[in-house]
Amino acid sequence: MSAAAISASRRPSPLQRFGVAIERFLLPLYTIGVTLYLILPVAVMILFSFNDPTGRSNLIFKKFSFDAWLDPLGRIGLGDAVRNSLIVAFGSTLVATILGTLIALALVRYSFRGRNTTNMLIFLPMSTPEIVLGSSLLTMFIASTKLPFIPEGLLYPLSIRTIFIAHVMFNISYVVVTVKARLQGFPRHLEEAAMDLGANEWVTFWRVTFPLILPGVVAAALLAFSLSIDDYVITAFTAGNAQTFPLYIYGAQQRGIPVQVNVIGTIIFGSAVLLVILTTLWQRRQAVRDFAPLRTIEK
Amino acid sequence: MKRLRLSRASAPYFLLVPGLAWLVVFYVYPAIQMFLVSLWTGNITEGFRQTFNWSIYGESLSEYWPWILRSAEYGGLATLFAFVLGFPLAYTIAFKGGAYKNVLLFLVIAPFFTSFLLRTLSWKIILADSGIVLGPLKDAGFLPDDFRLLATPAAVVAGITYNFLPFMTLPLYVALEKIDFRLIEAARDLYAGPWRPGGAIVGGAVGGLLVAVVTAILGANPLIPGIAGAIVGGLIGTFLISEAFVRVVLPLSLPGIFAGSLLTFIPAVGDFINAELLGDPKSQMIGNVIQGRFLKVTDYPTAAALSFILMAAIIVGVLIYARLLGTEELTGGAT
Repeated sequence: MSAAAISASRRPSPLQRFGVAIERFLLPLYTIGVTLYLILPVAVMILFSFNDPTGRSNLIFKKFSFDAWLDPLGRIGLGDAVRNSLIVAFGSTLVATILGTLIALALVRYSFRGRNTTNMLIFLPMSTPEIVLGSSLLTMFIASTKLPFIPEGLLYPLSIRTIFIAHVMFNISYVVVTVKARLQGFPRHLEEAAMDLGANEWVTFWRVTFPLILPGVVAAALLAFSLSIDDYVITAFTAGNAQTFPLYIYGAQQRGIPVQVNVIGTIIFGSAVLLVILTTLWQRRQAVRDFAPLRTIEK
Repeated sequence: MKRLRLSRASAPYFLLVPGLAWLVVFYVYPAIQMFLVSLWTGNITEGFRQTFNWSIYGESLSEYWPWILRSAEYGGLATLFAFVLGFPLAYTIAFKGGAYKNVLLFLVIAPFFTSFLLRTLSWKIILADSGIVLGPLKDAGFLPDDFRLLATPAAVVAGITYNFLPFMTLPLYVALEKIDFRLIEAARDLYAGPWRPGGAIVGGAVGGLLVAVVTAILGANPLIPGIAGAIVGGLIGTFLISEAFVRVVLPLSLPGIFAGSLLTFIPAVGDFINAELLGDPKSQMIGNVIQGRFLKVTDYPTAAALSFILMAAIIVGVLIYARLLGTEELTGGAT
């Protein structure tokens, strides 16, 4: 076969060109469609925060108004619910991030007996349905009243304390996984260099290790915070009479959701988006600095 | 390797103990306690006693097996739909995202920044009987006036699919992103061309089945829409599925398929929010029963037994699935 014949046979047939056209236009079109589908409910939530509904239910868009935005907590119990959500989210994020980061450090930096058990113990809570996590905690809190060595009122009746315990529990695994992902490929020789130069473990950790893992820790904390502030299922089982924002939404949806709920939902969404953008920019700057220690830690 | 005093044998345990202790006390111990509670007898007013009443398992299984089956069915369907929706999405972002890659990924996870409940309630607004979707369709005469999506199994499955789609898409993306594009080029150089007639057959079968299942859930006759779906799927399969895709991309994305379907199926099967908000009494799942038994009826033993059955079924299922796919992603997902 001559060269000309080969190049002729390689020329795309109309059928092939049709295939290329499908691939070039169908996939992007499809991607835009699915992305819109993912975003649509969020857009509806934001739109309905500007609604002025008649009656109790905020289901049909009547009139554009800023009323709810000017008074975002103007419903009985909503302020308390939001405050509790924030307390639990900040508290459980702090504790889970510390505990999870320590586990991640141990898993990446050391080889030790019981490694597989540890991995299993981290993996299992993430692969257990929330309803099982919540209900098993509930049975434990109920049964704790029969145990002699637990102070009365510590675990039962349920309160914001038991919500906090539950949130730390489900957040630990996510923190471990996130920090570990960042620790793979950790430049261990930098730690060794610091110690060769006479730094002790404490100084090495704060001046070398911590600045290096900080982006991973921040990412893990953001994830933990967003999981905690949004959790309904586990919280419903461990809250008792305490209210959080998701519990308030659930309670309100039977009577009709007040517009204020959409306002607070929009504020949470907006803050999360802003935080993600800010951390992304910050991490880019970090990457540019190329492993230089943070100035704040030098003082 | 010199690591001086850091390599003390006890050091890792100091780091591990606080976090693992929390997990043992508030995850492992409650699971055991739940098992013990399932063997209680009594009621909330007179108190419960540990009687080791094993018959509770048989009783709750025989009473609630339709709910268990329905949960498996809805969870399985939602996982399937999430895969069909999520795979092309992850593929496009990974291979054709270009400059828009990060923006697209951000849009995929953006729903997570809104409350799960608020998103599901938004669907209630969108799918309402005379809402923004059905209203115009009914006015234009495409749909009968009494057609509804809310309070049907279709709405529940759609809600679950929506809520867990990012869980499917992200692991798929991670797996596809890792694929070395030179492997695909090598396959093409080795004469991997379009995948016909395999693409036509697979595309037609998948398209036809999916459309038939959807129309069957919606309560219509699945025959004609199914045939239409098969034709469209066949066309897409013929032109879009290449041999390089079947022999290189698909096998290499198996870890992502494994992780994604687990991350979708497990929360989907235990979900009760979508069934509660978008379904009707006939589309309730096992999660609704557990939630009701625990929080409304305070029938702790039955609720604990059902919850324990759900947990055991999922662990067994995960192990079988891991064995079938022959992958070590089970712990690899956590390591």
